[in-house]
Amino acid sequence: MKLTVNGTSHEVDVEEDMPLLWVLRDELGYKGVKYGCGIAQCGACTVHLDGVATRSCQIPAGSAEGAEVLTIEGLGQPDALHALQAAWIEHQVAQCGYCQSGQIMQAADLLSQVADPTDQDIDDAMGGNLCRCGTYPRIRAAIRSAAQAMKEV
Amino acid sequence: MSRIGTIARRTFLVGSVAVVGGAAFGVYAARKPHPNPLQTGEGEAAITPYVRIDGGGVTLITPRADSGQGVYHVQAALIAEELDVDLDAIAIDPGPPAPAYWNTALGAEAAEFMVPAQGAMHNATEGVVTAAMKLMGLQITGGSTSVPDGFDKLRAAGASARETLKSAAAARSGVDVTLLETESGHVILPDGSRIAYPDLAPELAETPVVQDVPLRAPEDWRYIGKPMQRLDIVAKSTGTQTYGIDVEVEGMVHATVLLNPAQGGDLGDWDAAEALTMRGVTDIVPITGGLGIVADNTWRAFKAARAISAEWGAPDFPAEQEGHWAALEAAFTEEARDSRKRDDGDVEAALAEGEVIEAEYRAPYLAHAPLEPLSAIVRVNADSAEVWTGTQIPRFLQNNVARIAGIDAENVIVNAQMMGGSFGHRLEDEVVKHAAEIAVQMPGVPVKLTYSREEDMIHDYPRAIAMGRIRGRVSEGRVQALDLSIAQPSVMSSQMGRQGLSAPGPDSQIVAGAFEQPFALPHQRVTGYRATGLAPVSSWRSVGASSNGFFYNCALDELIHAAAADPLEERLRLVSDPLARAALEAVGEMSGWSGPTPEAGLGRGVALTRSFGVHCAQVVEVRDTEAGLRIARVWVAAEVGRIVDPVNFENLVQGGVIWGLGHAMNSEITYSGGVAQPDNFHDHAGMRIWQAPEIEVRGLENGDAVRGIGEPPVPPAAPALAGAIFAATGTRLREMPFNRSVTFA
Ligand code: FES
Ligand code: FES
Repeated sequence: MKLTVNGTSHEVDVEEDMPLLWVLRDELGYKGVKYGCGIAQCGACTVHLDGVATRSCQIPAGSAEGAEVLTIEGLGQPDALHALQAAWIEHQVAQCGYCQSGQIMQAADLLSQVADPTDQDIDDAMGGNLCRCGTYPRIRAAIRSAAQAMKEV
Repeated sequence: MSRIGTIARRTFLVGSVAVVGGAAFGVYAARKPHPNPLQTGEGEAAITPYVRIDGGGVTLITPRADSGQGVYHVQAALIAEELDVDLDAIAIDPGPPAPAYWNTALGAEAAEFMVPAQGAMHNATEGVVTAAMKLMGLQITGGSTSVPDGFDKLRAAGASARETLKSAAAARSGVDVTLLETESGHVILPDGSRIAYPDLAPELAETPVVQDVPLRAPEDWRYIGKPMQRLDIVAKSTGTQTYGIDVEVEGMVHATVLLNPAQGGDLGDWDAAEALTMRGVTDIVPITGGLGIVADNTWRAFKAARAISAEWGAPDFPAEQEGHWAALEAAFTEEARDSRKRDDGDVEAALAEGEVIEAEYRAPYLAHAPLEPLSAIVRVNADSAEVWTGTQIPRFLQNNVARIAGIDAENVIVNAQMMGGSFGHRLEDEVVKHAAEIAVQMPGVPVKLTYSREEDMIHDYPRAIAMGRIRGRVSEGRVQALDLSIAQPSVMSSQMGRQGLSAPGPDSQIVAGAFEQPFALPHQRVTGYRATGLAPVSSWRSVGASSNGFFYNCALDELIHAAAADPLEERLRLVSDPLARAALEAVGEMSGWSGPTPEAGLGRGVALTRSFGVHCAQVVEVRDTEAGLRIARVWVAAEVGRIVDPVNFENLVQGGVIWGLGHAMNSEITYSGGVAQPDNFHDHAGMRIWQAPEIEVRGLENGDAVRGIGEPPVPPAAPALAGAIFAATGTRLREMPFNRSVTFA
């Protein structure tokens, strides 16, 4: 089947029911997408599917065919940061960092819908993204500053 | 080429040249330092075990593992402080497992944990423990010791390397060494010309190492105490950080395990016929207590594991949770008495008259559940093996892989990986042993074993279950007497036992966080009882203090309430240590403390715990809303002697508070049918973002000793929350998790 990831199209030979997460990680090498729970409880595997934040552990590969998949690698790179990534660096959000790809992808979805989110908006949007290290205060602050920075552009 | 040369070469090497090895410094606690493990092939100068210089640049060796606390960064900053290099211009490498990197701070702490505070046992036992640590060259990351262990050692290594570089530059230039300066990775000559450190690699081979260099005064520090950008922060903000679970090795296969769901039980008859027909599945092999499933993709291995049927042996602990509590209740006997490390005044006499206040407290088993499930890659060849994994115990796992593979430990290469959290989980190496057991059955093939979240959680060695019983008395508005009895399994003997070591004497973790608290009650006694026959347990962020800090502070709260005193004022009256007093005063001031119920519907609790040498005080504020209790704000003050990086410090303290509060609110592991529950984050998630309070942090630097902050914020969080809930609702919570009795918003 054919999958489009970060604008590149890939031909993959996998079962229809293999979760997109494992196609991305094991078959295509997009290791920025993380496995945390496999049951939609942690958000570490969050990618965008046609612009919408989605738990890739819950999406059978077959149903991602034809969609545009965006991973953290496609959102921005160390030398071409997305505003959220820049804010994540400025606030030094990460501890272990393992949840942060998913956090950033979820936050990008939020900012695409709400340019100036309130704390309540942030808490509502980010509630499914678990951070076992407890970086929540910094996640809130980084989202607020990214929203600010994006407005100023 | 040497084994370590192989690692170094693959990771960095560009140039060509010579070796300077064997340098060690007068900073080890051990009398005879271990040899420098960085005895490399051509092309490198390993001036100290912590600094390697070659034609390609400067590499700082940061042997303490990084599970998310910025430990690599902090270690690099400490070396760089004296070495005069820019942190963005160096490489870091966790280095090989080697005795030179043993954790001297943990040695001292572990000895403290394992022996009674006084008596003839003390010295004898400490000797045994220290000798064992020395023997094993304990390269362990744990006990919040990375900063205390490295603070002098790493700066001294940097200073020594700097002076050796200057001496090499003097030899090359003919300029007197006293006229040379250093800056940004260069030696500066009097005429202003600069020699880059890597260019001195050839001379370094001939230069004797300069030792015992005085360290810089704090006012001259460039990094320590200043906000720094963590070395890993860009990678961790862009999805480009490689964790153990992301590593790929040429020719690798994917594997998972299906283990007896009851921890430690045997594998009986099994049938994998169907699983073996599934796409991508190549091998299913027996391992200790279960099966290894090998496939060409992680998910295919997971899926095949679910298609296997097997019979399982029973565990050697109670199958049902009630049996675990019953074992704790049964442990409060003279025969099971493990220690009495605190016995002030005359508790029996004090409790013989007047009203005695009694209560029983409970703390459950808890999973570590870092967000990255455990994984390891192991390749076993005829007489060597190589491992890629995130670990806090590289030396232990090296020995274990060697034993499984039937080879010498020095032929096991360990490539330490960045960890997606640990909280103590990676002080165990079961995943590596399982990978090695599969790998020996497929010689030459790198086997990447990934646990599913479910396997990770039900086969965790959890935080010890614990029970605390208090008896106390108050009079004239004051707390007079406290008798605290604690029953727990011994985490030390469980954990050390899995590594084939014994933990002699009493286990201080049974009473840690209670017996050494800085409060001078007229009559005070803390007794530990060792419960046996329970599930195997392990160190969980802050270890014994995570439960005992709760028991002790709640005991104080019950007595203070009975005395009709103020929780903060009475603690300030009782506190016996000036550093602890300062921490309590700080949170009082930060929170504008005006009693436990400053307004209707609002409750505040306060707690102070001394753990890992750190006095940490917290005030938690809870609001009683229609949707349930909401933790609104937390104020924290922690005395750590010296803050290396204030930004990282604040992040770690906030994370520790969230860890302590979140698990106290909603998490526990219980056993049913011998199996740990739950097996995933639908339960036992800890805190979610909508529950996270504002957390104001103040670091105090009044003390002399430098302390780590990974664990100390955890113990005071739960009791401060319990105090706040009592103040807001009048409900005294004596059992964690609190959502057994109250609802959180
Ligand atoms: S791995 Fe998909 S939500 Fe946790
Ligand atoms: S930073 Fe470790 S899980 Fe979020």
